[in-house]
Amino acid sequence: MLLLKDIYTFYGHIEAIKGIDIYVNKGEIVCLIGSNGAGKSTALMTISGVLKSKTGSITFEGEEIHRMLPHRIVAKGISQVPEGRRIFPKLTVRENLEMGAYTKSSKLRVKSEKLKRQYDKVYEMFPVLKEREKQMGGTLSGGEQQMLAIGRALMSKPKLLLLDEPSLGLAPIFVGKIFKTIKELNAKGLTILLVEQNARAALKLAHRGYVMESGRIVKEGEGKKLLHAPDIKRAYLGE
Amino acid sequence: MFFQQILNGVTVGGVYALIALGYTMVYGILELINFAHGEIYMIGAYLGIIFIGIFTVIGLTQYSIPLAILLSFILSALFCSAYGFTIEKLAYKPLRKAPRLSPLISAIGVSIFLQNYVMLTQGATDKVFPHILETTKIEFFNLTITTLQVFIIITSLLLTGLLHLYVMKTKTGKAMRAVAQDKVMASLLGINIDRIISVTFIIGSGLAAVAGMMVAMYYGLVNYSIGYIAGIKAFAAAVLGGIGSIPGAMLGGFILGIVESLAASYLSSEYKDAYAFVILIIILLIKPRGLLGKSQ
Ligand SMILES: Nc1ncnc2c1ncn2[C@@H]1O[C@H](COP(=O)(O)OP(=O)(O)OP(=O)(O)O)[C@@H](O)[C@H]1O
Ligand SMILES: [Mg+2]
Repeated sequence: MLLLKDIYTFYGHIEAIKGIDIYVNKGEIVCLIGSNGAGKSTALMTISGVLKSKTGSITFEGEEIHRMLPHRIVAKGISQVPEGRRIFPKLTVRENLEMGAYTKSSKLRVKSEKLKRQYDKVYEMFPVLKEREKQMGGTLSGGEQQMLAIGRALMSKPKLLLLDEPSLGLAPIFVGKIFKTIKELNAKGLTILLVEQNARAALKLAHRGYVMESGRIVKEGEGKKLLHAPDIKRAYLGE
Repeated sequence: MFFQQILNGVTVGGVYALIALGYTMVYGILELINFAHGEIYMIGAYLGIIFIGIFTVIGLTQYSIPLAILLSFILSALFCSAYGFTIEKLAYKPLRKAPRLSPLISAIGVSIFLQNYVMLTQGATDKVFPHILETTKIEFFNLTITTLQVFIIITSLLLTGLLHLYVMKTKTGKAMRAVAQDKVMASLLGINIDRIISVTFIIGSGLAAVAGMMVAMYYGLVNYSIGYIAGIKAFAAAVLGGIGSIPGAMLGGFILGIVESLAASYLSSEYKDAYAFVILIIILLIKPRGLLGKSQ
C-alpha cells in the first residue's frame, strides 16, 4: 500500500534521514521505533509531503506521491496525527473536527448528511469530545487533546493513518485506552504506521516493526520477533 | 461642535477600519506587514474615478447614478483583488521560507513601485472625483451629517460585520483561522495553504478598494501618495485594536478617526497626522497587545 524507496531528507545541510526503505501492507499495523533524534518524525513528515526527500520515491496505492503538496496527499487518503498533537488552541473542539473533515465537506458548508455519520463515529469513540464540543481546543487536557487529534485525523476517512507518539506524556490509563483504540481501528480495516517510544507496547500491537538509528533502518521484522531479539531488548526495552 | 467632530471622526474611522482589516488579516496569517496595502487603497480610489469616467462616457450615469457608482465600487474592488492576488504570488510567496525581514523589504519595494507606477500613468497632480452625486445634508440637534457620511459609516460597519461572519462561520473562514494558528497542521488536514493565503489577499484588497473609492468621493481629490499616510494610520489602527483581530481593527479604526478629528479641532490641525501615533503609543504602553489583542 505504501512504499518508501531510498529516502534522504535534509533540514538545510543536516541530513536527518540517510536512505531508508519502508513498506506498509494494507491492513497492517507497522511500528517505527528508535531513540530520540533517530528521524522517526522526519520520516512521517516526509510521507505527508511537509518535508521533501532529495532522492528516491514514495508510492501510495501504486501512485507516486512524493512530489505532491501535503493537502493533496491527505486527499489521497493519508492522515497524520503529528507529534505534540497540534490541536488548534483557538478553535473549538467541533471546529477542530470540522478542519479534519476539510477534504470531505462541501465547498461552502461544513455540515452535510454524509459527514454527520463520521462525526457520530468519532463522538462514539471518544464521548468526551461530544461533551466538550463548544470548548476551545487549547483548554482540553493532554489526554483529551490526544483523543481530539486522533478523532480529527479520522474525519477525512483515511486509508492509512500515521501516528507520531500518541502515548507521549499520558497517564498509564490513557495510554491503555489509546492503544486499545489503535487496535480497534485496525480491526475495522484501517492501516496504521505507528511511531512510538513505548517500544514494548508498540511491538506487541504491531504486525511488523522497523528500528531506526540516526537516520537509518537498522533492523526490521515481525513485531513479536523484534520483541524477543536480544539487542532490541537491551537497547529499547531496558532488559 | 464636540459631537459634530465625533461624527466626522467616525466617518474617517470607518475608512481606516476597512483598510486596517487587510493589514490585520495578512498579519494574522503570514506575520507580514504588507506595506503595499496602502497603495492598493490608493489604486482603488483611482480606479473609482476611472470607472465613473467610463460610465459617464457611455451614458450610464445619465441612466442611473447609483447604479454607476455601485458598479464602480464592484469593479474597483475586483481589480484591486487581482492586484493583491498578483502581488502576493510575485513578491511574497517566493520568500515564504526566507528570513522574516525579506518579505518585509519586498513589501516596501512593491509599495514604492506602485506609487511610481500610478504617478507615471496617472500624473503627479491631484485627480478630481467627478461630482456626480448630490449629497444632501441631514440636520438634527445642531448636528449636520451628509448622506455620503451615512453611506460611508454604514458600508464600513456592514463590510466589517460580514467579514467577521465569514471568518467565524464559513468553511474557508474557519480554515483561515486554522492556518493562522498552525500552517503545517492545517496542511496535514488537507487545507490548501496557498489558496487560503490568496483568499486573504483578495478579500483584504477588495475592502481597501472600497475604502479608497469612498475617500475619493468624500474628499473629492486623490493623489498617488495618499496610500502612504492612510496605510500607516490604518496599520496603527490594526495594532491599536490588536493585530490579527477583526473586531479589533474596526475598533482601532474608529478610535483613531475620532481622536484625530477631536484633536485636530481642539488642539491643532497642523499635527493632525501625528495624533494617530500618540494614541497608539499611549495604548500600547498600557496594553502591549492592543485593545482586543490576544494575551499569551
Ligand atoms: N526543524 C529542524 N531543523 C533542523 N534539524 C532538525 C529539525 N527537526 C529535526 N531535526 C533533526 O533531525 C533529526 C531527526 O529528528 P526527528 O524529530 O525526526 O527525530 P525523532 O526520531 O522523531 O525523535 P523523537 O523521538 O525525539 O521525537 C534530529 O537530529 C533532529 O535534531
Ligand atoms: Mg519525533
